[in-house]
Amino acid sequence: MSEKILVIAETKEGEIRNVSFEAIAAAKKIKPDGEVIGLVCADDDLENLAQELIYYGADRAITVKNDNLKSYTSEAFGQAVLAVVKQESPDAIIMGHTSIGKDLSPKLASKLESGLISDAIDIETDGDQPVFIRPIYSGKAFEKKVITSGIPFITIRPNNIAALDRDDSRSGNINNVDVDIKDLRTIVKEVVRKTSEGVDLSEAKVIVAGGRGVKSADGFKPLYELAEVLGAVVGASRGACDADYCDYSLQIGQTGKVVTPDLYIAVGISGAIQHLAGMSNSKVIVAINKDPEANIFNIADYGIVGDLFEVIPMLIEEFKKVAVS
Amino acid sequence: MNIYVLLKRTFDTEEKIVVSNGVIEEDGAEFIINPYDEYAVEEAIKQRDEHGGEVTVVTIGDEESEKQLRTALAMGADKAVLINTEEDLEEGDQFTTAKILEAFFEDKEVDLILAGNVAIDEASGQVGPRVAELLGIPYVTTITKLSIDGKTVNIEKDVEGDVEVIESSLPLLVTCQQGLNEPRYPSLPGIMKAKKKPLEELELDDLDIDEDDVEAKTKTIDIFLPAEKEAGKVLEGELEDQVKELVSLLKNEAKVL
Repeated sequence: MSEKILVIAETKEGEIRNVSFEAIAAAKKIKPDGEVIGLVCADDDLENLAQELIYYGADRAITVKNDNLKSYTSEAFGQAVLAVVKQESPDAIIMGHTSIGKDLSPKLASKLESGLISDAIDIETDGDQPVFIRPIYSGKAFEKKVITSGIPFITIRPNNIAALDRDDSRSGNINNVDVDIKDLRTIVKEVVRKTSEGVDLSEAKVIVAGGRGVKSADGFKPLYELAEVLGAVVGASRGACDADYCDYSLQIGQTGKVVTPDLYIAVGISGAIQHLAGMSNSKVIVAINKDPEANIFNIADYGIVGDLFEVIPMLIEEFKKVAVS
Repeated sequence: MNIYVLLKRTFDTEEKIVVSNGVIEEDGAEFIINPYDEYAVEEAIKQRDEHGGEVTVVTIGDEESEKQLRTALAMGADKAVLINTEEDLEEGDQFTTAKILEAFFEDKEVDLILAGNVAIDEASGQVGPRVAELLGIPYVTTITKLSIDGKTVNIEKDVEGDVEVIESSLPLLVTCQQGLNEPRYPSLPGIMKAKKKPLEELELDDLDIDEDDVEAKTKTIDIFLPAEKEAGKVLEGELEDQVKELVSLLKNEAKVL
């Protein structure tokens, strides 16, 4: 019998998050001949979500439907996932290193008395042994880590391991598991949305981020225009958030979000270590800053020294031309 | 209220990192209280001042960690405990740490445990939830607001930028996120007082722990620095031409458009 890898999928606004598809790809890297089981827990409409997991490479899927799974809590989701783990006895478990992943995985690992390698950005193999690479020391160094005892339990950083192509000719079984979820001591009473709808910063392919150089909340407007042209998401440095130019929900850095987009455009950001920790692993970095000595130019692939309020409108025009050509 | 803070001494990651033979060079480096644990210390002190009780700061480490414990005492914590593993443990991971803390808490009456949501050095973010699970108490991570009313606890939790309003109950473990409070600096009288506050030192034997029971489940086999990035291309010429060149480079050289 082939080995089983359980991928704990996550939903946002009624859809599976991309990082869950990336987790399926990661599962196949860890055990190429294994059977990938996608798990989705929610209060409603699970069939379609489970089907998506199969299109993205899962061999079969399990759903747990329960009214207590409407909002995530570690207690309710913990009970749901543990019931499935008990039934399937997987040989590895993977999920995204997201707010939910960070919250749930240590609980499960503790319950299963297993190790947990969190925030992996790449997987290598050394013979049969998977080796996980993860950033440490605020992204200034990396470590290679292995599981020495128990099953591999991994969370992966969004945007680093490519998902497989969606293939809607794939098929697989979808089973629902009934779980009695009880004794909940923690409840979510309300969610106050501060981020905009749509793509989350940590999963964005292109990010336009502003810093203190943007000078005001109004100063962010051209950044939003640029983002719209590029299909990008807007982020900010801690400095810009501290100065009240934008909400803390946009903050990228050691505190705030860690992002790895394909393209990161840093506008009026000096490049403090606190900010670099959140974005220095972006694939291509563009810096636009008035100060030619700004630290951000040391890690940027391309830099323009100039006034952002002149540069951004020109960039918008130029990107529009590319978009139509 | 019996309030405990889980504290970690960490490498100050603002420092330059030097790796030799697959380990981070610690000679001459600055060590600090993990910044997220500072929020935990501050919040513990505030909650104690409001509700009464005692704040105990706990760390696992070696004698060097005494400095960070004294700092927490100087901020206003009442007692400190150092679980010194220097002689007993070569290596440990988050499983190890959580198991040791479980043993420590076995005979304690706990109302509230606070920890940082992540340590800036190893960045695993596991210890808080693991400990809560082992103790069989609920937990809420990355909190930005905490108010306690009797046994009921009202919390605001940061969820990737959004805020969840959560209700839970004591006993409880929370992990702290930036925005929860502004940690105070130790005052001079605070520093003087801290020297006389109790700092208990324990070893694994005192907790009836056998090294084998807490053996790590994971192992770091190498540490390396990111490949030195080649200095980027700072464009030159008229601004308008720079912009054109940039878009062309992104399209044709970097191929990200």
